Amino acid sequence: MGFSRYVEVGRVVFINHGPDAGKIATVIDIVDQNKCLVDGPEEITGVSRQVVSYRKIALTDLTVKIQRNARAKTLKAAWKEGDTLAKWEGSSWAKKLEAKKKRSNLSDFDRFKVMVAKKQKSRIIAQKIKELKA
Amino acid sequence: MTAAGEMRQYQVVGRKAATEENTNPEAYRMVIFAPNPVAAKSKFWYFMRQFRKMKKTTGEILDCVELVEKNSRIVKNYGIWLRYDSRSGTHNMYREYRDLKLTGAVSQLYNEMAGRHRTRPRSIQIIRTATLGASELKRPNGAQFAQRRVKFPLPHRVDSAKRGQKALSDLTNVYLFTDTFFYAIEVVGRKTEHSDIRLSSSNDIQTNPY
Repeated sequence: MGFSRYVEVGRVVFINHGPDAGKIATVIDIVDQNKCLVDGPEEITGVSRQVVSYRKIALTDLTVKIQRNARAKTLKAAWKEGDTLAKWEGSSWAKKLEAKKKRSNLSDFDRFKVMVAKKQKSRIIAQKIKELKA
Repeated sequence: MTAAGEMRQYQVVGRKAATEENTNPEAYRMVIFAPNPVAAKSKFWYFMRQFRKMKKTTGEILDCVELVEKNSRIVKNYGIWLRYDSRSGTHNMYREYRDLKLTGAVSQLYNEMAGRHRTRPRSIQIIRTATLGASELKRPNGAQFAQRRVKFPLPHRVDSAKRGQKALSDLTNVYLFTDTFFYAIEVVGRKTEHSDIRLSSSNDIQTNPY
């Protein structure tokens, strides 16, 4: 299997380090072998136009149709047209992140409720299996 | 001069201090890369006394302003001509960088010269800088990223969570070591408690079962 995700103009990337960690952005131009220029667009993802190192980003499957050095306005329009944010939010990667975030914000009592719910769930499953086996 | 943090670009104007004979001496303008205005003014006098019979004690700075890049929105190609002192001589050099700002390219230059040639900032003199089109680039590394359609994968990615993780064998060794270490301390401690003999630690550490 070859590669399917490339550093290229229009590639949507996930930022995993620094003040914008956890947000996504679009590659606007490639600076050199170590860094690229990205822009959120800021109004949609909250990432301002900046140069980031490849070490701090992860490539996603998504791309946006833009020209090199696209302005914020055209970029935003391209995101709207491609429905990119919805596509990202629908991906299992984004869903996992969301779930992780939710779990880390749970209180002790919330975790207890999850435990009880899990028990109830497995009880129902066990019961059903028992019925099926019988 | 040190290159603490990002380099900035300054325009420094200075002249000989006015005297009764010459009430309005000629002023000179210089564009200088330096991390702060103090260093820029210092560099101004350094260069000035090499070109003209002028020095800081008999001169004055008329103006020192920072020059800010007009368009730091897009990536540009910069060519930089420089001169530097190595351990064995002085060399001229030409390098190319891609950056949003000229000052960013100059910062990259200082860092790269330090890395590749062990050159200190004080022994670098920037002669000329230029913004170049993609076809004017001479160095293949920069040129390949200045093309219209650049596309490449990121191979050999290491999971950031696993980057600092130790191998299991390392962890075991650490565990064993700490275990013996604590045992040794325990033996030493016990002996010192019950006798007044001062212990040379090497003897006692031999008594541990490992």
